[in-house]
Amino acid sequence: MEQHIKAPMSKEDAVKLQAGDYVYLTGTIYTARDAAHKRMYEALERGENLPLEMGHNIIYYMGPSPAREGRPIGSAGPTTASRMDKYAPALLDLGLLGMIGKGKRSAAVKEAIIRNGAVYFAAVGGAGALLSRSIKASEVIAYDDLGTEAIRKLEVEDFPVIVVIDSAGHDLYETAIEKYRTEEL
Amino acid sequence: MRTIEVVEITRNIREMCIEANHFLSKDMEQAMRTAAEEERAPLGRQILSQLQDNLQIAGEDMIPICQDTGMTVVFLEVGQEVHFEGGTLTDAVNEGVRQGYVEGYLRKSVVKDPLIRENTKDNTPAVIHYDIVPGDQVKITAAPKGFGSENMSRVFMLKPADGIEGVKQAILTAVKDAGPNACPPMVVGVGIGGTFEKCALMAKRALTRSLEERSLIPYVRELEEEMLNRINQSGIGPGGLGGSTTALAVNIDTYPTHIAGLPVAVNICCHVNRHAVRVLK
Repeated sequence: MEQHIKAPMSKEDAVKLQAGDYVYLTGTIYTARDAAHKRMYEALERGENLPLEMGHNIIYYMGPSPAREGRPIGSAGPTTASRMDKYAPALLDLGLLGMIGKGKRSAAVKEAIIRNGAVYFAAVGGAGALLSRSIKASEVIAYDDLGTEAIRKLEVEDFPVIVVIDSAGHDLYETAIEKYRTEEL
Repeated sequence: MRTIEVVEITRNIREMCIEANHFLSKDMEQAMRTAAEEERAPLGRQILSQLQDNLQIAGEDMIPICQDTGMTVVFLEVGQEVHFEGGTLTDAVNEGVRQGYVEGYLRKSVVKDPLIRENTKDNTPAVIHYDIVPGDQVKITAAPKGFGSENMSRVFMLKPADGIEGVKQAILTAVKDAGPNACPPMVVGVGIGGTFEKCALMAKRALTRSLEERSLIPYVRELEEEMLNRINQSGIGPGGLGGSTTALAVNIDTYPTHIAGLPVAVNICCHVNRHAVRVLK
């Protein structure tokens, strides 16, 4: 089903999304990938505050290429989500409602998604030029020294994603493959 | 004897890094178009159609095809009658990478130390493979490699008794484990034989072979075709979201090996299988 969803998300929106839904996100989302996650995780371990509120927000696992003059951002597609699996449950337990990436998630992340009524979206990997067109503004809000891995606040308009893991724990990577599988590798 | 100024190497590498990150080679373009026409899954077709749009936008707006503009792998085949002047060849290659990535708005994805992880801020150093060949030409292949798929690559040190069935299982296992993480449709480079490092290098180099060329060795050609067919039966599909296009090609190279071994390397590349090739004559 096709859905238009505002970001940050309401808990009601997150729970109604189902694996396989094609979703257009509009509003504010944040980027963070490996190095930013490590830093946030270490901040939490020390009992410090995070540079952004998790509640209702969506984190996009993405490190863009540099923007040319007059453009908000460079190429901006998703990175592999499993590298953030170590850190994601803690962020979900703090209220994070959505993650955008590509690729499989761990059992622990799935459990945290179900526990918190959250959702994991995939954006099309390797479509960074196309996806950049749905990003209207970009601003580094934390960890500037990390370069492409800094935390960015993005304004997105009809940013296209697909629900892979929904709040009930359905996983599109598992179900969609079965339909077209004629040999088990 | 021919003399080449190393600034020529720098200039070419600079241009090739930018070119490879914005334009696919003709064989890759064709394979992606064919895949978009032949994919059976509706969502798969939609994804492949978006990837067609993505390639067009990349070329028209000069925005990299993928934000992961890779670690730059460079193959240099240097004619043994060539003499270089004006500096060292390695420095010239790295200067080309630096200029290409800084001036070409490409992402800097290289860290100086694998554990301390401080970004070098210019994507250097490149990973350079030198070959000395007959003649007085220099062939340069610049292949920026993204790590979503690199991370899913494998080396298997099989036993001779594992035979061709063991090789098939190794290739299929690597592809299955890669699944959606490697941004399918993938290109699968395979090296069979040699030593631990030789098979890995063959697998990498196999990714730069034209998708339209099959192995000249009959049984290897059959293996390439069988593997492609079976990988596309897996159902993984575009983006790993189900479909009939999981790989665009399986390119296999072989080399003599030791009586005690059967090394197999599987280097997986995403659908942004980049390489630019130039010959300096």
